[in-house]
Amino acid sequence: MPLITPLLILVGVVGLLLAHAFVPSVRRWSWKAFLGIAVVMFLVQPYLALSWAPPEREMGEVQRIMYMHVPQVWMALLALTLNFCCSVAFLLKKSWVTDALAEASAEVGVYFGAVGVTLGAIWAKPTWGVYWDWDPRLTTAAIMIVIYMGYLTLRRFVEDPEKRATWSSVMGIISYVDLPVLWFSVKWWNSLHQVQSSPKTVDPDMTMVLRWSATMFLCLLSVFIIHRFRVAYAARQAEVAPPEALAPGAA
Amino acid sequence: MSGLLGQSLLVLRKDLLIEWRTRARLNALIFFAIATLLLFSFALGPDTVMMRKHAAGYLWLGLLFSSMLSLGESFRIESENLAMDGLKLIPVDPRAIFLGKTMGNTLLLWLLSLVLLPVTIALFDVTVTLGWPTLVGIFLVGSMAISAPGTVYAAIASHARARDVLLPLLLFPILIPALLAVVKATHLVFEGDLMDQLKSWMRLLGCFAIIYWTLGFLLFPKVLEDD
Amino acid sequence: MPSRGKKRPLPSGIDTNDGPLSAAPAIELHDVSKRFGARWALARLSYTLPQGASLLLTGHNGSGKTTLLRLVSTVTAPTLGTLKILGLDARADRMKVREQVTLLSHANFHYEDLTAKQNLELVAKLRGAPGLPAKVDGLLDKVGLKARVDSPVRQFSAGMRKRLAVARMLLLQPKLALLDEPFGELDPQGIAQMEAIMAELKANGTTLVLATHLLEQGKRLTDVSLHLENGRQVA
Repeated sequence: MPLITPLLILVGVVGLLLAHAFVPSVRRWSWKAFLGIAVVMFLVQPYLALSWAPPEREMGEVQRIMYMHVPQVWMALLALTLNFCCSVAFLLKKSWVTDALAEASAEVGVYFGAVGVTLGAIWAKPTWGVYWDWDPRLTTAAIMIVIYMGYLTLRRFVEDPEKRATWSSVMGIISYVDLPVLWFSVKWWNSLHQVQSSPKTVDPDMTMVLRWSATMFLCLLSVFIIHRFRVAYAARQAEVAPPEALAPGAA
Repeated sequence: MSGLLGQSLLVLRKDLLIEWRTRARLNALIFFAIATLLLFSFALGPDTVMMRKHAAGYLWLGLLFSSMLSLGESFRIESENLAMDGLKLIPVDPRAIFLGKTMGNTLLLWLLSLVLLPVTIALFDVTVTLGWPTLVGIFLVGSMAISAPGTVYAAIASHARARDVLLPLLLFPILIPALLAVVKATHLVFEGDLMDQLKSWMRLLGCFAIIYWTLGFLLFPKVLEDD
Repeated sequence: MPSRGKKRPLPSGIDTNDGPLSAAPAIELHDVSKRFGARWALARLSYTLPQGASLLLTGHNGSGKTTLLRLVSTVTAPTLGTLKILGLDARADRMKVREQVTLLSHANFHYEDLTAKQNLELVAKLRGAPGLPAKVDGLLDKVGLKARVDSPVRQFSAGMRKRLAVARMLLLQPKLALLDEPFGELDPQGIAQMEAIMAELKANGTTLVLATHLLEQGKRLTDVSLHLENGRQVA
């Protein structure tokens, strides 16, 4: 298989995402396309990751968990970036679309992040001998999940839709801005007893499989967010239904 | 017209006046903080070497826990009789309310840190190696860093259900960078700064404080006003 | 948008002589609705009150009177619809509206731990108009709190808190005074005093909106009335 394949698929997926965002008629079927691509790629994935890609020199076969772990954390970051954009957009112009999308992206982001961090801890055990080594990347990701679990809690704790949307937008912005500072502080904090440093030249085959997984997870992420968005948006529409719908008897 | 800064200072003055008139509450806060430090000593056993090494961490955890109480309290007085609505209607610029209350919370926390310092020195047998002005400065910047996001989140939590649970839940994870930086900086002042790390930690803490004062200033009106 | 093309109102806001604003209605509600959580407290309310008039707002508990007054005061914003106060948009020109409108309500905005005088002085200084702090003593005297000016509000009875709230309202010299149950918690003498104060405000050209269950006093003081039921206008 040519090494460029995943990049080509990725371009297609991104194109479809843009079409989904801007062309309403695409929205009816695009999630099926994402799901289809994800399923097909997922069927090939075990072969690529477990057999086709060469084993890593030092960590051996265990390193193959990276093909699941790393893209999932990437997707979490991507989803939370979407959450940040929606938060800013909501504060600039009130819209239930951006509010529902913020809710969907935060929830899906937390899910991907949690799976990614768990896989990272499983990877750490055979590699470093412990599940948790306070590795800056893993630690930052874990704190990030806790921050966004707080965000989701706030959403549950405010009944008024307008206030919920505004306050969670404020929190979405504050949380996202915190991430780079968090990254630097954890990195410096742990710099004294950091074990692994990896200035490795990565095998192009490995990069190809990593890209393959990332594209597959991007499709899955899109499906999840699209569906979660539909649920959130429908819930919001029901909440903010105009007064006539709620009290039909009155004048 | 008293302007943004004038209004901020009036809000600050009002908060300090209330704090002074309810000194008993302030005393309770100080005793809570001291009790927290004592509890750390008991929970970690009488290993003096280890306690001295971690004193900066205990001090700031004690301050962090106390700040949850003081931040919550600073917005409880505003929800009594809907006083915050009254301020908005005078009218007071919401950004002035943010600045005034954040300055008030900073001063309170700073005062608390200065009270806790002798207790820390006595309990954990630390020495101030790098000089008092540095330490007092670190305490001030640390208090500023906690107070700005603290004020925004306390305002949000004070209007939500279960505010007492919500505030630490939202605030603690956000504050981790500030906590790391301020604990490291305080630690270096206690233990000596052999590798010249203090500056970078102070820079990180300063960045955090600036970012959150700016964000709070910009976002607080959204928290307070219906749009 | 009738007043859009006209002259902008004076920025100072507090001058009481009839400026370019006199033509604009005191309150202009256009299809206003307000939702709290899932409940609509006000539904599709449209109403116009000219300046200088006084309105009696009636309705049972929970009919939306307090919500309406809070909307007009701009402390909350309507969920749907537009609202103009004294010709100004209640959302965009919120700060200018607030300089001319006061709200007297059950939640009386006092700081419990400050004294009556400190509370009023704070309001006067925050408003920032020259000469206001000097008026504090006179107003406290007027509402009958002279003997207790240095006691913290925490020690006040409900009636005294109400009196302090009235002093606060007078201090702010509103063009539009919103009064939510102004007679509540007052003794008969206080009610009479309150009535006199409101008559005085009215004589000075202040627009009054009065929500009360005391229909007798209410009707004496007002020219028009609005009855709310379940957040909807009935008559």
